[in-house]
Amino acid sequence: MATRLPHKDVCIVGLGWTGSILAHELTDEGLEVIAIERGPWRDEATDYPPNYVQDELRYRIRHELFLRPDQNTFTFRNKMNQTALPIRSWGAFMPPNGVGGGGVHWNAETWRFLPSDFVLKTHLTERYGANFLPDDMTIQDWGITWDDIEPHYDQFEYLCGTCGTAGNLNGTLHQGGNPFEGPRSRPYPNPAQKQGYGHTLWAKAASELGYKPFPQPSGNMSQAYVNPLGVRMGPCTYCGFCEWFGCGNYSKASPQTTILPTLIRKSNFAARDNCEVKRINLDSSGKRATSVTFVDTSGNEWEQTADLFILAAYSIFNVQMLMHSKIGTPYDPVANTGVIGRNFTHQCMSSVDAFFDNKKFNFNPFVASGAIGMCIDEFNGDNFDHGPLGFVGGGYLGQVQTGGRPIQTTSVPKGTPRWGAEWKKTVAQYYLSNLKGGSIHGSMYSYRDVYLDLDPTYKDRFGRPMLRITIDFHENELKAAAFMTKKYAEIVKAMGAEKVEPKPRKGPYNVTEYQTTHLNGGAIMGTDPKTSAVNRYLQSWDVPNLFVQGASAFPQNAGYNPTGTLCALAFWSAKAIREQYLKNPGPLVHA
Amino acid sequence: MNIHRRELLATAAWFLAGTIIARANTISGRLPWHPDAGHPPTKVRPGPWKYFTLDEANAVEAIADRIIPPDPETPGGRDAGCGVFVDRQLAGPYGRSAGHYHGAPFQKGTKSQGPQSKTTPAELYRKALAGLDEYCRQKYGGKTFAKLSTADQDAVLHGMDSEHIKFESADAKIFFDQILKDIQQGFFADPIYGGNRDMVAWKMIGFPGARYNYLDWIDRHNQRFPLPPVGIAGSIRWTPQG
Repeated sequence: MATRLPHKDVCIVGLGWTGSILAHELTDEGLEVIAIERGPWRDEATDYPPNYVQDELRYRIRHELFLRPDQNTFTFRNKMNQTALPIRSWGAFMPPNGVGGGGVHWNAETWRFLPSDFVLKTHLTERYGANFLPDDMTIQDWGITWDDIEPHYDQFEYLCGTCGTAGNLNGTLHQGGNPFEGPRSRPYPNPAQKQGYGHTLWAKAASELGYKPFPQPSGNMSQAYVNPLGVRMGPCTYCGFCEWFGCGNYSKASPQTTILPTLIRKSNFAARDNCEVKRINLDSSGKRATSVTFVDTSGNEWEQTADLFILAAYSIFNVQMLMHSKIGTPYDPVANTGVIGRNFTHQCMSSVDAFFDNKKFNFNPFVASGAIGMCIDEFNGDNFDHGPLGFVGGGYLGQVQTGGRPIQTTSVPKGTPRWGAEWKKTVAQYYLSNLKGGSIHGSMYSYRDVYLDLDPTYKDRFGRPMLRITIDFHENELKAAAFMTKKYAEIVKAMGAEKVEPKPRKGPYNVTEYQTTHLNGGAIMGTDPKTSAVNRYLQSWDVPNLFVQGASAFPQNAGYNPTGTLCALAFWSAKAIREQYLKNPGPLVHA
Repeated sequence: MNIHRRELLATAAWFLAGTIIARANTISGRLPWHPDAGHPPTKVRPGPWKYFTLDEANAVEAIADRIIPPDPETPGGRDAGCGVFVDRQLAGPYGRSAGHYHGAPFQKGTKSQGPQSKTTPAELYRKALAGLDEYCRQKYGGKTFAKLSTADQDAVLHGMDSEHIKFESADAKIFFDQILKDIQQGFFADPIYGGNRDMVAWKMIGFPGARYNYLDWIDRHNQRFPLPPVGIAGSIRWTPQG
């Protein structure tokens, strides 16, 4: 029997980026807020101090900071007629765990999506006609526009101290920035980070080919910064251990370095760590959330009641929670009904590796930050004419090498033996003169047969059906990957590489090959409860006192990293709660 | 098995308070401060094998020296400590696939569904190394793998890699891929784990190791970084040897 805890105004499930943002905003409103986090409390200097965090084996290869699959994993298959099997160790993506969530170990690549990304279906249909899109593609508009979201991108960038060069300031284009970005109301709060030799050389070659390269927007500090909450960050030291690692130097934007130090001091905020919420409980009408049931590390069950609930777990866990709580109608791909699990997407990443003459090129790849790099946006979203190409979508192209950690960056050209004297010699020859950061950040649009539901066979540690992932690449994404990889290879050739190895993403989707941890969709936002799980404010259509944060709301993925957008959405949702919902608790949109 | 200090404290509080409420730890008012919350790593010490039998260790060290053969500049896998690395890894959480999902049923899937084997790395090594020596004894007049000429050793390893050689006890190809990965990881990992002894692999490639600050170097394009590598436990020049 669960032990009931004292009532709170707000209960937040998950204390990562969106949970921290919502907790900050709602405590400012004077509400009593409790956040319940599945993993441990983590802090910068104690959990990943700079004297031993530079450990590739422990953090990258053995996945120290991530959730353990034996606590919670998924089953996976490519096609609906296959038997899904459990993901026994992580590969294609790395679910986060603990306070700070993915904000602890991300690269801090802090992108905005394009204005057209938010009205994608309308935009593409108007430009190319409805027949241009594949029949089974299920892309949708988000229910918001650029003008809705821009102020909140700005809010998140100033919270994080994002470093970058503005390309479009209130409609005026500025050299050195991304000319394709939507108009921004303010410049970035900090100047762009410095770039290494490989990044710089790539940008020069791109520029000579007529592209407009710009520094990747980075949440690794180019200088000391005090954010609007009064929290201070230090300059990044380019140590090369950022992605997969925590930053003990307080140089990477994370909930720990931007929000938690002030949040924890508020008397109306409390957090519980190592407590896993099992379900959200509803009243007898099924229209109102009354409490959550959670389990501590001893297996004791607790019940936390509240008036307002914020689901702020990692995207796919949001969907899992909704399914186990029986909130919303599960998606059925055959009947094409229901919404929970619908429009699940990931990413379609490609890369180009390059090997240079080591007598002329020394890249010092180990000198890098997580979000260092130079990028171009000519082939993202609908920045180029897709008409003659026969596909939609795209991605940014960038030289974004984040370090020279030797287990993963000791590459050898194709044709080199995998072991032995020749392998050893070639590794030594190319370590300082190969570039592995050739990244093509391809979008993945949504399809009728890519979705989440419950597995008929495998059970989780509580004896409940595991969440089942059905995902494969479609021809549209693979065509886009081939096209962009070719464009990228031209830039690397122009840099003077000896050997260029294009690696366009190929099907089938393989769960062992790391792409990104950008899982999206499954509880998407929209304007129609028949095709979306939450409204434009991320409020559940079915249970109005529940708001579902995060990338689970993305109707499809874009050709960018998602954190900037999902955190902007969190601020947008928080604003609606503060200004509309609290005055009159109930549905903010009437369908 | 490390016990979280916080768990100990929470348990102590539970006994003191004598009420179950104290067990559900609430964090409020100030940032919790738990020194060493990230568990500083423990340095692997030389000494007896922790997982391998002597025969197994001989085979693994011989394999390490074929995957990474010694040359005049850089020691091979054996002297770099790759065998010690693998031994200590197999004796620890990695050897038993700790944290991975082990639930039944185990079914064969497609390549894209990833490994579905019930066998842990430690079990795979035990079975496959027995199979390897048995294969070699039969084929090479009673000699174990470690006793073969380097040319014969290479031939056996190539046979495993290309699936021309099969063992009764385990899948030789899966084992080859596993040991190849483990030996190479041990070569390039921080020396605290037993491989990459004296940072020989890092010196070979020019990786300066677990350094913390390259602010002076981000702008110095196309120049060779001049300092020798350091590991998590420091530089070999700082610590007396022996």
